[in-house]
Amino acid sequence: MTLQFNNETFRGDYSYFNTERAIKRLPFPFDRDEYMYSVNIEAHPGGAKGSPFEFRFDVDEHYISEMKDRAITLDDDPLRCQSLPHMELAGWDLLEIIMVSKAEDYPDLFTLHRDGNRWHWINRPLGIEQRFTFLDPTTLPCGPMEYITRQTQGDFALLHERDGNLWMDAGMVTSQADWSLDFDIGMNFFEWHAPVPKAKQMGVFDKALKFLLAMQQGQSYRRLNWTMTVNPRLDTSPENYHKWGPEKRTITPENVGRKQHLRIELQSFWRLPRSNAIAFPIRCYLACLEDICTQPKWGRRLHRVLRDIDPTLAEYKGFAVNQETIVNYLSQFDDGAPTSPGILPDA
Amino acid sequence: MSKQMTLEVTEVEPLTALVTRFRFERPEKAPLPIFSGGAHVVVEMPDGEILRRNAYSLISDPNDASGYEIAVRREDAGRGGSRYMHSEVTPGTKMRISVPTNLFALDPRARKHVLIAGGIGITPFLSHLRQLDLLQQPFELHYAARSRDEAAGLKLLPKSARIHAHISDEGNRMDLGEILTGQPIGTHVYVCGPEGLISAVLDAAARHGWPKGALHFEAFASPPPGKPFTVTLAKSGRKIEVSASQSLLEALEAAEVEIDWSCRGGACGRCETKVAACDGQIEHNDHWLSRDERAEQKKIMPCMSRFTGDALVLDL
Amino acid sequence: MPNTSFSPSIESRPTYAGLVPQGSAPSIMIADAEGAEAILDLVDRDAAVLDQAHLIYIPKGAKFGSKLAELGAKGYHEEASLDAAMTLINRLLATAHMGTQLYLAGSEGMMGRISALALSLGLPLDAIQMEHRGSIGRPMQCVHCKGVTQDVTTDPFTCSHCGLTLFVRDHFSRRLGVFQAVCVDAETPGVIPETQEITA
Repeated sequence: MTLQFNNETFRGDYSYFNTERAIKRLPFPFDRDEYMYSVNIEAHPGGAKGSPFEFRFDVDEHYISEMKDRAITLDDDPLRCQSLPHMELAGWDLLEIIMVSKAEDYPDLFTLHRDGNRWHWINRPLGIEQRFTFLDPTTLPCGPMEYITRQTQGDFALLHERDGNLWMDAGMVTSQADWSLDFDIGMNFFEWHAPVPKAKQMGVFDKALKFLLAMQQGQSYRRLNWTMTVNPRLDTSPENYHKWGPEKRTITPENVGRKQHLRIELQSFWRLPRSNAIAFPIRCYLACLEDICTQPKWGRRLHRVLRDIDPTLAEYKGFAVNQETIVNYLSQFDDGAPTSPGILPDA
Repeated sequence: MSKQMTLEVTEVEPLTALVTRFRFERPEKAPLPIFSGGAHVVVEMPDGEILRRNAYSLISDPNDASGYEIAVRREDAGRGGSRYMHSEVTPGTKMRISVPTNLFALDPRARKHVLIAGGIGITPFLSHLRQLDLLQQPFELHYAARSRDEAAGLKLLPKSARIHAHISDEGNRMDLGEILTGQPIGTHVYVCGPEGLISAVLDAAARHGWPKGALHFEAFASPPPGKPFTVTLAKSGRKIEVSASQSLLEALEAAEVEIDWSCRGGACGRCETKVAACDGQIEHNDHWLSRDERAEQKKIMPCMSRFTGDALVLDL
Repeated sequence: MPNTSFSPSIESRPTYAGLVPQGSAPSIMIADAEGAEAILDLVDRDAAVLDQAHLIYIPKGAKFGSKLAELGAKGYHEEASLDAAMTLINRLLATAHMGTQLYLAGSEGMMGRISALALSLGLPLDAIQMEHRGSIGRPMQCVHCKGVTQDVTTDPFTCSHCGLTLFVRDHFSRRLGVFQAVCVDAETPGVIPETQEITA
């Protein structure tokens, strides 16, 4: 499998694009023609060959460009990556699980040699070669969590378990849907989810927390979440809201197909061995409506989901102001035919 | 519920008249999952007709993937799990062991850790000490035992000025007031041992103004034996017999009823089960349900609790 | 006027349970403006709280100084401002032993700042007692420039650091001791809703 990496941008001229292969393998988040929150958890990894569920940490054609975009965001705002002092061990746990997984799952891209605590890591796509001593932070250019997440797609939160709760005490957050790591770091599960409408009353968070606390080593899981973004922009942080916010108002019936993007989150959950913490990667997949509608089932389904969604959720998911234009555009792809259950596009 | 591994016993070493150390390794000598200080494993013991599962703290180095070690104190008045370990398990025995779970972890934010152990309660601190050494964090350990002969942990503790043995036979009792006074801000206290010790530490800490957030404890509870009883499962109408030396959880498992569990000692809440109907008295032996919940008799913790009376119907 | 009652809000909005005396344990008491009344009420319930207490008061124009001074705390310190008081507060917290009680009373700005400091030094949250009295002005952090504007009483308001117009959220960070404020006209620059007074 030779993976071709795109040369594209997620800001400015927004040259980001999806090849046909990338579109077909999108983890489309809707398994039915309507949407409401759920604790929709499955074992991970586990999925068809070539799908984003096959390997533990999916690497795709956007890898190199995404990491470049992350580096720009971090230069502009170093506070997007923080680790409270007691989370260093969890950072090492995360580094280990990512390096071991990627070296096993993508041997032509990554190599890891370990001689006791003397490790040797090679990242071919990014041109990185690093020898270091595991557990000794002075042998890496930065903390272990920052080091490895600068080379891994998606955002990461490391959750410390204590007092029957989970606390977001470290994170690398450069592709988030409008929440601030600097503000939320140190909060517990219910506090950082406080701004999500309706979910608390539905008991979604109680169930989710109970599940996560029961997680053990060796059992990892995933779920899908989603929002909507105008332009293929990864940095939709509250910090920069006054910069990307105006772009939300530039949608027209002519450009909505190419400008309006579905932002899919493939979240996974891992119990870490030395720190007993939980790793929470949030991997982001962006696709414009036009791309999604190349798959007939997805076009029909997306139209129905966004047309019928609870208005509070439309607001929270970031597209209420453009909902009418979006739904009108999508209606051309919906002939009313039935759709098959499940997320996969029809053959 | 946990993944199980089949491991081989490679060492059995009596530490004292009552306490024996066991070492487990993979038969093919492959590495075991590493763990964090304070973790425990659940050991399966096929004892005739009864399949017992007991939780034991890991006393070995969390970062040493070559083997797991536990220390078991023989309790003759118990259900029989510890007796089984002492009489039936020898080097070469193969046993099913769960992946480690940690319900008694160190708080890594602490500026200092005060560890208080009584009797066999020393075991989780043995792996904690390794973790503290790795992280180079300040601590002091107080180990209370009746006599030097009974203090199984002494053989396993490193020599350190920060480790204090309080042997009551030698007139050297632990002074909780002294231990809990003058500790710097950010100190956390951890206690493990008999119920009496745990209550004494928590009471003393409260009297000295310690906030609950800085206090951690692990009680070693194993299900007490009792009179046999029967429960009915609401959905199927099946009747399950619980024998004298079997816990309700073990009886349900033997009947292939799926119940989620973790600590098996009444502390973690995982096996909480709804009671559909109760005509009699539930003997709540857990630490999980509140006083009101116990009185209501609408919930039961099958790992530890028993029942006397005419009928107990579980919402299963 | 007792502990302010705030209307139910999102999970991250702090609530203040009110001060409960913990006997003569060593303690650090910090109050600003009308928070002094909460301290006086506390002492009324159990004067023993003063035995080993350091009491720090920032008047902010209120007139309770002499009453507090007369209480006979082990140490009484009247400070011109919270900033000025921080040197002493830092010292007292850093050298405190476990078992020391922390009583905070007055504005959310002061309580947010001091509780954030105490948490960072390792004091668990349940060792910090808080009671709200007086102005409901909030400490608001601008998510864009990270500057904090104190005693905010209107929604929206202008960031005192970068000048953006911000709306007030109930989302609160205990680590920072502040509420979050976000640009109100990001999507439609210049279109600003009517200013309203914040209520409890």
